[in-house]
Amino acid sequence: MQEQLHFILNNEEITGEFNGSSSLLSFIRNTKKLTGTKLVCREGDCGACTVLVGELIKGNVEYRTVTSCIFPLAKVNGKHVVTVEGINNTGLTPVQSEFVNEGATQCGFCTPGFIMSLTWYLITHSDYDLSGAINALGGNICRCTGYASIIRSAENVINALNNGNTNGSINLHKLIELNVLPEYFAGIKMRLEKIKEKIHAGIVTGDQPVWVGGGTDLYVQKFESLVGSRIALTERLGRSYILEDNNAIRLSGNATFEEFKNSGVIKKYFPGLQRQLNLIASLPIRNSATIAGNIVNASPIGDLTIILLALDATLVLSEDKNKREVKLKDFYKGYKSLNKSEDEIITEIYFENNFKNQKFNFEKVSKRTYLDIASVNTAMFVEYTGGEIKRCGISAGGVAPVPLFLKNTSEFLTGKKIENEIIEEALDIAQSEISPISDVRGSEAYKRLLLNQLIKAHFIEMFHAKIDVKELI
Amino acid sequence: MNTDTIKHVKGESLFVDDYTLPEGTLHAAVFDSTVAHGKIKRLDIDKALDFIGVRAVLTSKDIPGENQIGNIIPDETLLAGDEVHFTGEPIAIIVAETPEIARAAKNKIEIEFEELPVITDPREAYEKGSLIAPPVTFSMGDVDSVWNGCDVVLEGKVEIGGQEHLYLETQGAIAIPVEGGGIKIISSTQSPTAVQRVAARILNFPMNKIEVDVLRLGGAFGGKEDQATAWAVMAALATHKLKKPVKLVLDRQEDLRMTGKRHPYSADYKIGLTSAGKILAYEATFYQNAGAVADLSTAVLERTLFHATNSYYIPNVKATGISCRTNLPPNTAFRGFGGPQGMFVIEAAIHKAARKLNIPAYEIQKKNLIQDGDKFYYGQQVENSNAKRCFDEAVTEFNLPEMEEEIRKFNSANHYIKKGIALMPVCFGISFTSSFLNQASALVHVYTDGSVGVSTAAIEMGQGVNQKIRTVVANTFSIDISRVKMETTNTTRIANTSPTAASSGADLNGNAAIIASKNILERLKKSAAGELKVDNPDLIEIKNEKIFYNGKITRLSWEELVWKTYFNRISLSSHAYYATPGIYFERNINQGSPFAYHVYGTAIIESKVDCLRGRYEIESVNVIHDFGESIDTKVDLGQAEGGIVQGIGWLTVEELVQNDEGKLLSNSLSTYKVPDIYSIPEKMNIRFLKNSKNKYGPFNSKAIGEPPFMYGIAAYFSIVNAMNEFKNNSGMEISAPITPEKVLLNLHQQVKTEATAH
Repeated sequence: MQEQLHFILNNEEITGEFNGSSSLLSFIRNTKKLTGTKLVCREGDCGACTVLVGELIKGNVEYRTVTSCIFPLAKVNGKHVVTVEGINNTGLTPVQSEFVNEGATQCGFCTPGFIMSLTWYLITHSDYDLSGAINALGGNICRCTGYASIIRSAENVINALNNGNTNGSINLHKLIELNVLPEYFAGIKMRLEKIKEKIHAGIVTGDQPVWVGGGTDLYVQKFESLVGSRIALTERLGRSYILEDNNAIRLSGNATFEEFKNSGVIKKYFPGLQRQLNLIASLPIRNSATIAGNIVNASPIGDLTIILLALDATLVLSEDKNKREVKLKDFYKGYKSLNKSEDEIITEIYFENNFKNQKFNFEKVSKRTYLDIASVNTAMFVEYTGGEIKRCGISAGGVAPVPLFLKNTSEFLTGKKIENEIIEEALDIAQSEISPISDVRGSEAYKRLLLNQLIKAHFIEMFHAKIDVKELI
Repeated sequence: MNTDTIKHVKGESLFVDDYTLPEGTLHAAVFDSTVAHGKIKRLDIDKALDFIGVRAVLTSKDIPGENQIGNIIPDETLLAGDEVHFTGEPIAIIVAETPEIARAAKNKIEIEFEELPVITDPREAYEKGSLIAPPVTFSMGDVDSVWNGCDVVLEGKVEIGGQEHLYLETQGAIAIPVEGGGIKIISSTQSPTAVQRVAARILNFPMNKIEVDVLRLGGAFGGKEDQATAWAVMAALATHKLKKPVKLVLDRQEDLRMTGKRHPYSADYKIGLTSAGKILAYEATFYQNAGAVADLSTAVLERTLFHATNSYYIPNVKATGISCRTNLPPNTAFRGFGGPQGMFVIEAAIHKAARKLNIPAYEIQKKNLIQDGDKFYYGQQVENSNAKRCFDEAVTEFNLPEMEEEIRKFNSANHYIKKGIALMPVCFGISFTSSFLNQASALVHVYTDGSVGVSTAAIEMGQGVNQKIRTVVANTFSIDISRVKMETTNTTRIANTSPTAASSGADLNGNAAIIASKNILERLKKSAAGELKVDNPDLIEIKNEKIFYNGKITRLSWEELVWKTYFNRISLSSHAYYATPGIYFERNINQGSPFAYHVYGTAIIESKVDCLRGRYEIESVNVIHDFGESIDTKVDLGQAEGGIVQGIGWLTVEELVQNDEGKLLSNSLSTYKVPDIYSIPEKMNIRFLKNSKNKYGPFNSKAIGEPPFMYGIAAYFSIVNAMNEFKNNSGMEISAPITPEKVLLNLHQQVKTEATAH
């Protein structure tokens, strides 16, 4: 779909009619012949195509990493796209030179992606630590080095920069002085402000466009058909939000996974969830993937959907000015079949939030711990008094054609004491509610066993003092 | 400074997909079989030909020469004719103006198959007589006469999964017409000469009409040794037909679907020991899942047999290898080349024997390490064995008793998180086991400004061979390495190349480059003697670009000497040849001395298993490795770390899943997982064995590409040992890779049956 776009690629202003539904990577490699950014998987699963996208947010340019292979070009309108060519400078940047020093590149195919991810970490944080750097590199696959030399490089860079950063304030000018970024970055903010005045990005409606949130599922599943389609971007519906309002937490449909993870509200009420949220996708994917997208994709194993199911979330569906609400647990009619009309989109998700004597836990097991789709995932929410469950919600993914709310199990547990016998009984009920199938993520027998184990894990994580853990296992 | 590395970090390194294409380049896509075995009843390409932007659709009928790309055994077509034998087998090539058009037009091809029975299991293939070649047996002593004399005899079965190479750069090539009807091919291949030879055969050309040029590969690991050829030759065929440049680059899913992988094996073993743990006899039968055609399978299987006893001297051994033909894509070379499978089986046998004897497996490993004076069971005398040195140093340097004590403490304090430990000694033979391949040549030019250009047969694929060759050339001349540049690998400069494989790239090509450099150096010395008007050229020495005579510095500089030499009409170029001396193997008796030398080392790996959830992580990898005298410690360390992680990946996370119809289900990066930055060991301590020399390696170095891969085997057994701390698992089936699924089902089998009862 041809669309007027205006943005900055590295130090070059780009304006004109482009196919907005094509991928950013295709524009970078095929149109602009910038070949440093590589195509490897076209699934967002390897990070070889990682670039930075910077946008004006509250008067500042905020950068994030995205996997350009599945990132619709239309989404860069009014923004700054940075490829490895855009950080190349006279001499090597500190990131580049440490990769050279440690021999952290072998075949070199993944290298530009790593350089971009680590550079992103340096320019978006002011106090560096290795675990933060590794998190930034979590979406980048290297098949040669075994990562050890890459980790050494990251360690060297952050040590060097932390040392030079006595007052703890790395800013843009400092980054330019340290040669992390080329000088032209100083002028980007002003240039983006100017572009912002000129662009009038409309939301494409009518003619049944394909709604795209982050595109991280859609562009993996139907790349070819999307490239030739009209797309409408949910990000143009308005600024995303995650907020607390009248004993409820409200999330806009276009809020990303990373916004969810970093949200002060989520951190406040779900302090244990941070670590688990890191297991979901990778940073560049979390930067793009939206909550509504995860829900409408209707994968039986969608991580965020499973979390929201246990919290008994409600969806606000909008079609033009018309709105209606539907409970998430009533949203799925069958495999990939939704209680939603073609033109309705999820604009908001909310759930009650009255966190006194409440606990929440999320469990996920996949073949590879990070950046993998779960074999089984499950979330559990409990409101309790003393040793008794007052209210409870358990959800499970990978065990049915839809993301499943374990209704009978949740009802059974309500009003029960937290003790081993009850848990054992609950497991039996859970088993009767699920219908897993054998597939590439595991056999039926395994998924049944795993769900049992993970429900036990919920209780161990939340109530280990109230139960006999040894006997339960 | 490694010049390749600098280009990599700036994104300036070029790969096939990055080349600026000549005007008018067309793009090819491959139409492949959707069934694993069948007769092609009807193939209709007309609608694809009518598709706007399509220039040609080529089938087997369009091949002017012989439709044969088999390397060791001629049993593989470039494009299927009447029958297909695996899902993903190429049938037609669509050539179009853009790759998108070529791929879209694929869907317009109409095809009907008559489906035939599909075999995916090697034992089933064996039972049905579906073999690639007759079984091969290596033996020493007489196992059958020894079993009765053993205190313990154990038999068992082992399953070993395959492995996807997942080189990040997919297969690809560009073919460009040159005058006189010849073709230049830019290919991402480890074997330029294979591409040249097969392209010539397919096109009915003399080889000199095909030029193959390789700049670098975005990873290969063996996956581009034999299997890069087809795509390059398809591009050449299209170029020949259309007289236009043609680019063919597979996308990821095509590559995963169409190309072969590390061979899965099923094996039976029988091991006999004394109660003290001395192994008296070992027998193994390896059922190799070769896939539909031979590819390199017989050579891979042979290396399985060579390494069936790993680092151990066992007086009575009988190992039989059976290459089984199945309806999977042809499995192929992959780092270790069959060695890892051979070693995994004996380690499984030792693991089970240790459980039976109620001693740690390392007691058995230690008691049986091979030493000088012993003989490998295929006849080669053991020389400079560092097996024991590496093992003992690993135990003391990393303090095994203390590690074990820590683990004991941890395990008694934790109920469902358990730790385990395992050791893995490795002994890996260096040389192509097909002796004729152990040859290489190099072409060295010294230009009149003193800069140097080096061409060899070596392919740079990330293993740092170019940096090593630059180093040995610079050291031979004693000039700054920045003067030395590696050229592309090109069949017109270096002919009749062996693949860059078998860890031998730096050895063979480095030695050839040293000889070529020495030839020029001798001439330079003579020239210097003439210029300085001194008698004895042997007293001339070049040190750090300065010219000395009899230990005294002279007025000549490197640059001046080079210029004068040119001016005096003395050649500044040399082409030199190297062949590994003294190696042979007699296949009628399966005895000989096939390896120039062996590489040794020992790893100690610790892991941690969450026995509630079935998850596990590798805690530490501790290695003493015999690098010889490393030419480049950074390159060698990187090879070791990368190899180990790849080996751990093979056994602990990478799982190829096919359905019964032979269709790959783990056909994308979302379903086939390789180690990521989080899954690597928390600690990796790799120490270089001191005082190890090697007269066969350039400057006493040792080959490094493959040997570290097999340390990963200890990761598997450390996880099994950790599980045993939660629940006795002596009866557990040894089946690789371990997965969270296998861990959980093994730990909670009882729960499983109860659960499914509802």
